[in-house]
Amino acid sequence: MTGLKLTEVRKSFGNLEVLHGIDLEIKTGEFIVFVGPSGCGKSTLLRLIAGLEDISGGTLEFDGDVVNHKSPAERGIAMVFQSYALYPHMTVYDNMAFGMKLGGGGKAEIEKRGREAAEILQITPYLDRLPKQLSGGQRQRVAIGRAIVRDPRVFLFDEPLSNLDAALRVQTRIEIARLNERMAETTMIYVTHDQVEAMTLADRIVVLRAGYVEQVGTPMELYHRPANLFVAQFIGSPSMNIVPAQATRDGDALVVEPEGGRKVRLDGGGKAVGDGPIQFGVRPEDLNIAGEGQPIFEGPVTLVERLGESQLVYVEQPSSEEPLVAKLPGHLEVERGARIELSAQPGVVRLFDADGKAVRL
Amino acid sequence: MKLLKSIGFYALVVIIVVVSVFPFYYAILTSFKSGTAIFQVDYWPKHFSMFNYRMVMTQGSFPLNLLNSLFVSSVVVVISLFLAITASFALARVKFRGRKLLLLTILSVSMFPQIAVLAGLFEMIRGLGLYNTLWSLILAYMIFTLPFTVWVLTTFMRDLPVELEEAAIVDGANSWTIVTKVFMPLMWPALVTTGLLAFIAAWNEFLFALTFVSNNDTRTVPVAIALLSGASEQEIPWGPIMAASVIVTVPLVILVLIFQRKIVAGLTAGGVKG
Repeated sequence: MTGLKLTEVRKSFGNLEVLHGIDLEIKTGEFIVFVGPSGCGKSTLLRLIAGLEDISGGTLEFDGDVVNHKSPAERGIAMVFQSYALYPHMTVYDNMAFGMKLGGGGKAEIEKRGREAAEILQITPYLDRLPKQLSGGQRQRVAIGRAIVRDPRVFLFDEPLSNLDAALRVQTRIEIARLNERMAETTMIYVTHDQVEAMTLADRIVVLRAGYVEQVGTPMELYHRPANLFVAQFIGSPSMNIVPAQATRDGDALVVEPEGGRKVRLDGGGKAVGDGPIQFGVRPEDLNIAGEGQPIFEGPVTLVERLGESQLVYVEQPSSEEPLVAKLPGHLEVERGARIELSAQPGVVRLFDADGKAVRL
Repeated sequence: MKLLKSIGFYALVVIIVVVSVFPFYYAILTSFKSGTAIFQVDYWPKHFSMFNYRMVMTQGSFPLNLLNSLFVSSVVVVISLFLAITASFALARVKFRGRKLLLLTILSVSMFPQIAVLAGLFEMIRGLGLYNTLWSLILAYMIFTLPFTVWVLTTFMRDLPVELEEAAIVDGANSWTIVTKVFMPLMWPALVTTGLLAFIAAWNEFLFALTFVSNNDTRTVPVAIALLSGASEQEIPWGPIMAASVIVTVPLVILVLIFQRKIVAGLTAGGVKG
């Protein structure tokens, strides 16, 4: 129901500016994920949208109305907190009904919406229990239920899964994805530092670093066309291998020679960049030992992590401390100490200039 | 060695219990004696006479004094808890300049000896026209009840998770609703404890009660007991004094016992991950 528009949004704590002018447009019904390392300002940005922190500069619009000075309730947001933040002295039902009671809703209406939300989240049997009698996963579902009941214009999640164990995290993630489908009209904003959550849930991801937006795009855009070195290394696990390289133009093509590796000829790259130093990037999953594409690197295997369906192979490089990582199929026999040759298709190679900006080929 | 340690420990416990409980026990014994039996030293109850109690409750203004004490202490508790809760919300949760200084000032108020503020307070109460009324005592008792209620509740409220408050804000609650509907139910243990301490302090107070009230009918019990007099100047009515002391002490003991069971620890458990 509600689209958001952030224009030059800034936030300072005292003299310290933590958000340096964020511009962002969010369409109605979109699922947006803010992702970034800790301290990047993603939670602060969410709290500005929620109205829990004052905006120091710029404007925040909901459907064209500036809401900078409106309270969270007036903005019509609902928020799910990392620590659940359930009222400990109220039953599950009262927790969900509290906001509506304050809003002056009719008793029958409150009852109906409470039951509905409980039904969706399968917490009906626990309606009369206190939060302390519930498990972590149930508590987080109650917290989500409390948000659903309010029928919010914008649904905010602040790292809702980080307190749950691994299995429960996957399950709850799927529930949130389902909820997003069910509430297709509601705009949702989700903060996480976990890029798997970001990739699986988001319509679009906003990557933040140190108070700046690094890139905004769909998960696949970020994965295939990272705008810069930071996004390239942040999205994808294990992160992209980056090796310093020398670029030389050869007519239309660009010949790139990574340190300790072989030359790679990229057709059409000659127009994009001149001769000189450059950063050469290739994702671990794009490397193979079957000789497909073009052989690039070679070296001794220092470590093999077997994950079952795949394995992570670490290959030592003479030129750098950081080993190369290759994600290979699990059925291949790779021994520690063996020398292997890593190949890749030239098309998967990503190049970044001296400032870390992506070079489009 | 270990045995010695535990023997020493229990010996200490016994000494402390005897020193603190024996006077009260002896007061109870004495209160049931009458006539010259009062001057015999007994360690076990031998006599049982309600004479002293009948004396105290029927003659003079002691029943009225008891009601006065009850009224003053209850009102002091209610007003100081109300002020302390609202003040502690501001001191614990609202950021403003000079918050720390204000907290220290509040604490320092409780460091003044009563006698130091007595003269000034007397003038103030005269000026306000409260002299010889119970309201003078209620006002004066706030001096020592408020500092510690504010401090204890501020500390307690500061420890309540911020997310709870934020969740309530998102739910559309204003500050008053947050305090009454969200924080107060979580603060019961602290409220009961501080309320009880304030009640006891007000109930036992002597110096202000002696100074600000001069009428027998408006006195509170500590003063009334001290001023109980016998048939002549030379006779001290030990029996009625002991009976009155027991009557005054028993409600406190009962209150503590009742609320001790109500002080449930870990009331906040479960609301937030912690």
